[in-house]
Amino acid sequence: MTTVLETRVLRKAFGGITATNDVSFTLPAGARHALIGPNGAGKTTFVNLLSGVLLPTSGSIFLNGQDVTEWSVRARSRAGLARTFQINQLFADLTSLQTIMIAINERENAANSWFRSFGARKDLVGEAVELIESLNLADVIHGRVGSLAYGKQRLLEIAIALAAKPSVLLLDEPAAGVPESERDQILNVVAALPASVSLVLIEHDMDLVFRFAKTISVLVNGALFVEGSAEEIAKDPRVRQVYLGEEVINHG
Amino acid sequence: MSAASATDLPAAATAGPASLRLLEAARWRWYEFLFWGIAAACGLSVLAPALGFTVPVIPTKLMLLSEILILGLLALSIDLTLGYAGLVTLGQGAFFGIGAYAAGLMAKYGAGVAPLSDPLLGLLGAGLAASVVGFATSFLVLRGSDLARLMVTLGVALIVEELVNKLKDITGGTDGLQGVMSSKVLGIWDFDLYGYTAFWYALGITFLCFWFCRRLVNSPFGYSLRAIKGNALRARAIGMPVNARLIQVYTLSAFIAGVAGGLLAQTTQFASPDMVAFHRSADSLLMVIFGGAGHLYGGLIGAAIFRIMQDFLSNITPQYWLFWVGIVLILLVLFVRNGVIGLLMAASQKYIAKVPPKSGALK
Repeated sequence: MTTVLETRVLRKAFGGITATNDVSFTLPAGARHALIGPNGAGKTTFVNLLSGVLLPTSGSIFLNGQDVTEWSVRARSRAGLARTFQINQLFADLTSLQTIMIAINERENAANSWFRSFGARKDLVGEAVELIESLNLADVIHGRVGSLAYGKQRLLEIAIALAAKPSVLLLDEPAAGVPESERDQILNVVAALPASVSLVLIEHDMDLVFRFAKTISVLVNGALFVEGSAEEIAKDPRVRQVYLGEEVINHG
Repeated sequence: MSAASATDLPAAATAGPASLRLLEAARWRWYEFLFWGIAAACGLSVLAPALGFTVPVIPTKLMLLSEILILGLLALSIDLTLGYAGLVTLGQGAFFGIGAYAAGLMAKYGAGVAPLSDPLLGLLGAGLAASVVGFATSFLVLRGSDLARLMVTLGVALIVEELVNKLKDITGGTDGLQGVMSSKVLGIWDFDLYGYTAFWYALGITFLCFWFCRRLVNSPFGYSLRAIKGNALRARAIGMPVNARLIQVYTLSAFIAGVAGGLLAQTTQFASPDMVAFHRSADSLLMVIFGGAGHLYGGLIGAAIFRIMQDFLSNITPQYWLFWVGIVLILLVLFVRNGVIGLLMAASQKYIAKVPPKSGALK
C-alpha cells in the first residue's frame, strides 16, 4: 500500500520542552488511524507540525511522496492535506453555505474573480449543497454559523475540510465538547467518510477511537510509545498502564 | 449505516434555489435607490428656484455636499479594508493626500498640454500614485496585531505629511499648490464658481467607485476577504493566499482614497498640506465608525453626519465643536453596535418581528 503521509525523526522543542520527540510515523493510503495519548502528550503539537501551523526544529515531513517540511499551511492544503481544529475555527458571521462555497471557490481557483457574483457558478453551489446534506447540515444551510448548535459547528468543521477534497484529513478531537445527544451524528459522519480520504483521528475519547480506528499510535511525552492494530493496543498492558490506567484514575 | 441523508435529487436541481439565495445578498434594495436618489435630488435642487420653489439650504451648500461625497469616498475606501478584510488603518489620509497632490500637479503643469489636465486622467493619476505607495506599504500591515497596524499606518501617514511639507519645490510647502486648473469634464462641463459641475462630477465618480466596490464585495474575492476577517487561521487552512488577498485589497483601497483626494484637489482647485494631515486619517476612520462598517454605506452616511455636524456646530461654537463630536462618538460606541447602520438594522428587525413578511419573501 502506498504511503500518503510520513514523518522522519520529527522533533519540535519549545525552549527546554520537547513537545514532539523524534517521531517517525507513516500513514498508508485509505488508513483509519488514531493518535492517542494522555493530556500533554503532544498530540496537538504533532498535528500543527503536520499541517504547517508550526515548523519543526528538525526532521522532515512527506506528503504524497513530496518533502513538505518547509511548506506553508496554504501550500500543504493545496497539496491535499486538510484538518479540523480542536477548537472551532469558523466564520461566525457567514452562513454554512457561504462557508463551504468559500472553501470550494478556493480549491477551484475561482476566488480571484472580482466581478463574477458569489454563488453564480451552479456546479460549485450544487457540490456545496451535496456536501452539506451529506453531513446532516441541510437544516442549517442558510443559518448563521456563529448561531449554530455546537454539534452542528463541529460538523461544519469537518465539512470545510472535506470541501478541499483532501487526500489526507487530520481530525483533531472532532467530538470534543459535543453533548452526548449529538455525539452519534459526528461518529456516523466520521465513519461514513469515503475510503479515498486517509484519516488521522486525534482523540481523547476511547469509545470513539475503538469504534473507528483500525490502527493506533500512542504518543507519550512527545514520543511514539507504541503502534499497532486496535486489538493489540487494547490488550497491551503498557498502554493500559500509561494511558488507560491514568484515564481511570483521572476520571474515576 | 450511512450518515448521508441520501437525496435522490441531482446536484443541479438543488443548486438552483441555493444559488439564488447566495445571489440574493447582492440584490439592489429599495433603500439603496432611495439613498442615491436623495443624493441626486440634492444636485437637482438647484433647479428649484427656476420652478418657483425655494429650497433654503441646499443650493448654497453645494460645495459642502461635494465635500461630503468626497469624504464619503475616502471613508468608503476604509470600509473596504476595515469592514470586509478586517484591516484597521489610521493612515488613509496619506493616500488621500498623495492623490490630491498627484491630481493637483497634473492639472497645474498640464494646463499647457491639454490631455494632462483632463480631470478624469487626473483622477487616474491620483489613484495610481496612491496605489503605488499603498502597494509598497501593504507589506507592513500583513503582520502583527490591530495595534501594530494602527501604528504602522499612522507612521506612514506622518512620513508622507512631512515629505509634503519638506518638498517645497514640488508641493509648494505650507502654502499649498496654487493654480490647480483642470480642463472641462469630458471636454463639456467647465468647473463653475457655484460648484454645480463639481457636485455632479463628485457624485458621478463616487457612485462609480461605490458600484465597483459593491460588485467586488459580492464577488468570490469579496467573500474570501470576509473569510479572512472572520478567521485568518481557517482561511489559510483551506488554502487561501491570505497575504496576497490583503495586499490586493489594501492597494485597491489606497487607489480609491487617492481618487477621493484627486477629486478634492480638482473641485477646490487647490492642494494643501491639510489634505495629508493626520486629522484626515482620524476623521475618515471616525466617519466609518459613525456610519457603521461592513455595508459600504456606513462611510457615506458617516461622512454626511460628520461634515454636517462640523458645519452646524462650528457656527455655534467654532473652537469647541470637537467636544460634541467626542460626545457623539462615545455614545455611539457605548450604546450602538455598528453605528447608524447598526441602529437602522436593529430598528428594521424590530419592525419585521412585529409585522411578519409577506409569503414568498425570503426568510
